[in-house]
Amino acid sequence: MQSDSIDVRYVARLARIALTDEEVDRFSEQLGDLLHHVDALSELDTNSVAATAQVVESRNVTRSDERRPSLDRETVLEQAPRRQGNFFRVPRIIAE
Amino acid sequence: MSDFSIERGAADIARAVTAGSLSAADIVEAVLSRVDAVDGSVGAYLTPLHDLARGTAANVDARVRAGERLPLAGVPLAVKDNMCLTGTRTTAGSKILEHWVAPYTATAVARLLNAGCVPIGKANLDEFAMGSSCENSALGVTRNPYDLSRVPGGSSGGSAAAVAALEATIALGSDTGGSIREPAAFCNLVGFKPTYGRVSRYGLIAFASSLDQIGPLTRSVEDAALTYDAMAGFDTMDATSLDREVEPSATALREDLRGLRIGLVRQFDTKLLGTDVDAIYKKAYDDLAACGAEIVEVTLPTADYGLATYYLIAPAECSSNLSRFDGVRYGLRVEAKDVQAMYEETRAAGFGPEVKRRILIGTHALSSGYYDAYYVRAQKARTLIAHDFEKAFAGCDLIACPAASSPAFAFNAKSDPYSMYMMDYYTIPMSLAGLPALSVPCGWVTPPGGSAPMPLGLQLCAPLFAEPLLLGAAHAYERATKHATQHSPRVEAVSP
Repeated sequence: MQSDSIDVRYVARLARIALTDEEVDRFSEQLGDLLHHVDALSELDTNSVAATAQVVESRNVTRSDERRPSLDRETVLEQAPRRQGNFFRVPRIIAE
Repeated sequence: MSDFSIERGAADIARAVTAGSLSAADIVEAVLSRVDAVDGSVGAYLTPLHDLARGTAANVDARVRAGERLPLAGVPLAVKDNMCLTGTRTTAGSKILEHWVAPYTATAVARLLNAGCVPIGKANLDEFAMGSSCENSALGVTRNPYDLSRVPGGSSGGSAAAVAALEATIALGSDTGGSIREPAAFCNLVGFKPTYGRVSRYGLIAFASSLDQIGPLTRSVEDAALTYDAMAGFDTMDATSLDREVEPSATALREDLRGLRIGLVRQFDTKLLGTDVDAIYKKAYDDLAACGAEIVEVTLPTADYGLATYYLIAPAECSSNLSRFDGVRYGLRVEAKDVQAMYEETRAAGFGPEVKRRILIGTHALSSGYYDAYYVRAQKARTLIAHDFEKAFAGCDLIACPAASSPAFAFNAKSDPYSMYMMDYYTIPMSLAGLPALSVPCGWVTPPGGSAPMPLGLQLCAPLFAEPLLLGAAHAYERATKHATQHSPRVEAVSP
């Protein structure tokens, strides 16, 4: 693990966040600093250690595949930034 | 109106309402008057809920008259605004959800309402619960009721300020790396993070799902125990909820600490916190011994790696959880020429700097070529930290240490992100290990440049599922020391 300088523009594209030039500069510096602190983890010998994703005895919980009430369509669509009839409206995806 | 005092505790209020000597309607008027008088100075609430509070109080009174036994009858409740409550604006402190109205209610909130609580308002927070000072809220400023020039702590800063300023009796907070315990310490409260999975996260707007846990902020340990008992337990709506019986903790409150071994962590040397603060923690440890506890030394060799581990895992999970805010189905949308640009512009306008910073770290840590080096290594470090606690608890029943790295600091005092992250140095290891932990007031110190004594919090931590032991011991310490009652909030002097 090493703290190479982070390509903030590339990461921001992956994260779908537009950044200003000023933000790119600031985040590059701050993220570089943070990753430098995080590099301390390379001091730990983790070769024979299992990764912990959950600390308590969580199990997958499944339920029977039965229909049951959920939020009604109107309640959900009321929150839509833009709608058209019973649909969420978004910009055109497929070019003409 | 009756002569209701807004300083009364939850247990006392519930008893009086149940006995018919107080009405929930009278209580709610007294608390709403307090909110109207002081919240302009404190800023605890993003959305006060006067009409809902009055309607709920009338309903509670009717339920009591009909003979229902409600463990929290008439108790005024502040809800951190990252928890859903049907029909109320639920913002997570973010512009991206500024106008979103929740269409359902979080399980923890629903259980407290069912137990008789009256919701007073939705409390301010660091945006999406990311922060240690409440300065990251995009929607309002919350001030510390003990010194209005200082922060209330974060991320549950509005919840803490509401209870400290007597604008609610109890509050719900959420704790990911210390976000209940640290504001409790800053605001002279008890702040309790239960074992991960004990309280349902259904209806909590997710930040880091493997760490987030809902818990109470209260003015006494007894109130924390009552609140926890009312909301803990299995919930089929949350896949990470534990299907395991919850032992009541309100009945486990102890009078002393005899027979308990309390571990002090060798790596957590309080001398580094300065002479005044160090003296208060030394006295706190002496007080634990005076209450009958045997003090032992324990070691957490990987504790120093907690921050680095947390600041990979939490951002990684946040980058995934917050991908749902895309401007399509709810929340803010910035229109743009195509979908990609709409996503990017919406998220650029909707998220504040701290949220963007964490999404970017998380996205980087999960991206191709870095996943094993960062994310997987952090998950392995998490294993080592959890094992350290297991070994430590072989030699003691509870662990005691500071709850935060300093008392409440002034606004804008920490401009460097890492110095802010250091505030959570003492709380993060417990979060990574999923352990129950709380902060209880342990003394006062006037910070350099400060004009008022500010509270400090003693953190106590227990093994998984040992909530009754933890709350019981904290109650004994609280009764023996009575630090919380030494100073009053200073909001009257400047309120309009």
